[in-house]
Amino acid sequence: MLTWIDERLGLADWARAGLRKVFPDHWSFLLGEVALFCLVVLVLTGVFLTLFYVPDATTVTYSGPWLPLRGQTVSAAYDSVMRLSFEVRAGLVMRQIHHWAALVFVAAIVVHLLRIFFTGAFRRPREINWLIGIGLLLLALAMGITGYSLPDDLLSGTGLRVIYSVVIAIPFIGPYLAFLVFGGEFPTSEIISRLFVFHVMLLPALLIGGVLVHLAILVRQKHSQYAVPRATEHNVVGRAFWPSQAFKSTGLAILTAAVLALMGGLVQINPIWSYGPFDATTVSSPAQPDWYVGWLDGALRLFPPIEITALGVTIPSPFIPGVLLPGIAFGIMTLWPFLEAWVTGEHAEHQILDGPRQRPLRTAFGVAGLLVFVILTLAGGNDVVALIFGVPVEAMTNILRVAIVVVPLLGFGLTYRVCTEMRDARAGIGHPRMVRLRRTSAGGFEEDDPD
Amino acid sequence: MPRLRLYALALLAAAAVIIPGAVAPGARSAIPRIASTHSRMEGDAAAGQAVFLARCASCHGEVGQGTALGPSLIGVGAAGADFELRTGRMPFGGAPGAQAVRKPPAFDDPTIRHLVAYVASLGEGPSIPEPRVQTASVPSGQRLFIANCAPCHGATAHGGAVGGGALAPALDVATPVQVAEAMLIGPGEMPVFSGLPQGQRDAVVSYVAFLQAQPNPGGVSIGAIGPVPEGFAAWVLGLGLILIVVLVVGHDWRRGR
Ligand code: HEC
Ligand code: HEC
Repeated sequence: MLTWIDERLGLADWARAGLRKVFPDHWSFLLGEVALFCLVVLVLTGVFLTLFYVPDATTVTYSGPWLPLRGQTVSAAYDSVMRLSFEVRAGLVMRQIHHWAALVFVAAIVVHLLRIFFTGAFRRPREINWLIGIGLLLLALAMGITGYSLPDDLLSGTGLRVIYSVVIAIPFIGPYLAFLVFGGEFPTSEIISRLFVFHVMLLPALLIGGVLVHLAILVRQKHSQYAVPRATEHNVVGRAFWPSQAFKSTGLAILTAAVLALMGGLVQINPIWSYGPFDATTVSSPAQPDWYVGWLDGALRLFPPIEITALGVTIPSPFIPGVLLPGIAFGIMTLWPFLEAWVTGEHAEHQILDGPRQRPLRTAFGVAGLLVFVILTLAGGNDVVALIFGVPVEAMTNILRVAIVVVPLLGFGLTYRVCTEMRDARAGIGHPRMVRLRRTSAGGFEEDDPD
Repeated sequence: MPRLRLYALALLAAAAVIIPGAVAPGARSAIPRIASTHSRMEGDAAAGQAVFLARCASCHGEVGQGTALGPSLIGVGAAGADFELRTGRMPFGGAPGAQAVRKPPAFDDPTIRHLVAYVASLGEGPSIPEPRVQTASVPSGQRLFIANCAPCHGATAHGGAVGGGALAPALDVATPVQVAEAMLIGPGEMPVFSGLPQGQRDAVVSYVAFLQAQPNPGGVSIGAIGPVPEGFAAWVLGLGLILIVVLVVGHDWRRGR
C-alpha cells in the first residue's frame, strides 16, 4: 500500500528528509509550537461553535432556560450563543475552551515573538519569517477582536462602539471607512454578519495559510541555534524529528490541549448571560476588551482628550492613541530587522543566536517596549487596577501617565547597564572572572563549565 | 521508555479533558427562595434617644441636626437609619471623610429598632420598604439592574470602583430589604433611586436575590468583572501551566540539561 503510494508520488525521500530534520535541544524553541497547538484547539472548537451560531442581528424573544432573560428582546445571534451555552450539550465548555484558547494563543505568540526578538533570530536570513510572524500576530488580533464581538452582548457591543469611534476619528477617510466597515452609523444590523464572515472564513484562511508558509520557510532555512558546544554557522546541533522531537511535540500538543480544556471546564469566561444583550442605549461597565487589545484601550484612556487642529483639519482625540500609536508600534516592530541591520551595519547571515546580554542595546529597547505595553495594558484596566489597589481611579490614571514616560526610560537604562556589565564580566573586562559553581553530590562545590 | 512516559502523559491529559467536561454545569433556572427575616416590630423612640445621645450625637448632633463630623439625619427616615445600622455602617468608625463600610451590626435587634424609631421621629422620611421578591419580575429586574446599577456594582454585582476613591461593594450579602433601602436613600456616593416606581424597585431587588441564589454557570467565577481577570488568568494559569509543560518536555532528561 505504502509502496503503491510512493511509486506514484515519490514521497519517501521527502518524508525521510522530514523525519531527519534536526531540532535544537532547547525549551524556548517549543514556544512557537504552543501557539500552533492553541490554533489547532481553536479551529476544532471553533468548528463546533459555528455549527450552532447564527450570524443574524434580527431580534427575537428569548425563551430559553436562563430565567433573567426570559421574555427579553435579544438578537438572533445572542440567542444562539445563549442556546449554545445552556442547551447544546457541551456547548458551554466548548465556548469557554475556545475563548481561553484565544487568550492563551495570543499570549503564546507574544512569548514566542519575545524569544525571537531577544535572541536576534530575526536577522538575515530570517527576515521574511519575521515579517510573516508579525502578520500572523496581526491576524490573530483581528481574529480575537472579531470573535469577541460575535455574541452580540452588551460588553462586545461596547467594544464595537469604541472601535467605531476610533475608526471615525481617522482624518479625511475615517467617516467613509467607518461606513464601509459598519455599513452605516453605529449600531448597524450588518456588522454581525460581516464580522462572522471575517472570523470564520477570511481571517482563518489567511492565518492558517500564513502558518503553513511560516513553517515551510522554517524547514527550508533550518533552525537557528544557541551557541551550544559544536554549534557553528553551518550546522544544526540537536535531535532528529523522529523519534525524539515527534514525541516531545505530541506530548506538548496533548498537554496544551489539556490545560485549555481544564480552564474551559473549570473557569468561567465571558458570562454573556450576566452582561445582557446588546442595547444601543446602554454601555456596560466595567468595559474592557480582551487582554491583547487592552493596551490600545489603555492608550485611549491615558491620552488627554485634546483635539489638534493643523492645516485647517481637526484631528479628533482618539486618532493619536487609537490609530497613530499602534501604527508606529507595529511599524517599528515590522521594520526592526532592517533598522537593526542598518544601524549596526551588520548584514551577514546569522545562524547562531545571541544571548540577550550580548546585545545590550537591542535588549534594552525590547525591555522598554515591553514596559510601555505592560503599562498601557494596566491603563486599559485602570478601574479594575484601582479597585484592587484601593486607589481612586483618577489618581491611578495620573500615576500611569507619569509611569508611561518614566518606567520605560528607567527600564532601558537599567537593562542596558546590567547587560553591558554581564557581557563585560563574561569577557573578563574590568572584573574578576565570574564562575558558576555546582554543588556536587558529596556536598562540596566544583566549578561549572561556562555554558 | 519515552513512549511509556508519553502514554502516561496522554492518559493524564485525557482525564484532564474529560473530568472538567463532565462537571461543567449546564443550564439552571431554579427559582430563588428568599425568606424575609426582617423584624417588623416598632421600636421605642424614647429608648432610642438615650442610645442616640450616647453613641451618635457626637457626630450627628444632640437632635440629629448634623455636625462637622456627620450629616443631618432629619429626613433620612426609618429606611436610612435601618440600612445604616443593620449593615453595621453606623456608628461610623473610619477616619473622617472615609467611606462607611459594611460591618457586623453594633447593636442587637431591639436597640436597632429603638434607634430607628427615634431617627424616624426627627422628620418626614422614607419608611422601611417591604420589597416583594418574585421570580416573575427577575427578567425586568435584570434590564433595570444592567442599566442603573451595573455601571458601579458590575454586571454580576461583584462590586467595582466608583469615582472619588469610593467602592461600590459587592451585593452578595445585602438582604432584599437592604437593597430596597439602598435604592431609597442612596448611601454614601450612591445616587438615590427613589424615583423608580415600587414595582421596578422590587424587580431590581428580585434580580439581586436571583444573583445571590444562583450559582453562576461556567465554573469558578474569577471576580466576574470581565476581561481583566480573564487576561490575568490566561497568562498566569493558562500560559503558566503550559510553560511548565514546555520546560518539562524541553528538558533533556538524559543529559540533565
Ligand atoms: C464618628 C462619627 C459618627 C458616628 C459616631 C455616627 N455617625 Fe452616622 N454618619 C457619619 C458620617 C460621616 C456619615 C456620612 C457617611 C456616609 O454616608 O458614607 C453618617 C451617615 C449616617 C446616616 C446616613 C445619612 C444619610 O444622609 O443618608 C445615618 C442614618 C446615620 N449616620 C446614623 C447614625 C446613627 C444612628 C449613629 C449612632 C448609632 C451614628 N450615625 C453614629 C458619622 C457618624
Ligand atoms: C454611582 C455608583 C452607584 C450606582 C449607580 C449604584 N450604586 Fe449601590 N452603592 C454605591 C456605593 C458607592 C455604595 C457604598 C455606600 C456607602 O459608602 O455606604 C453602594 C452601596 C449599595 C448597597 C449596600 C451594599 C452592602 O452590602 O452594604 C446596596 C444594596 C446597593 N448599593 C444597591 C444598589 C442598587 C440596587 C443599584 C441600582 C438601582 C445601585 N446600588 C446603584 C454606588 C452605586
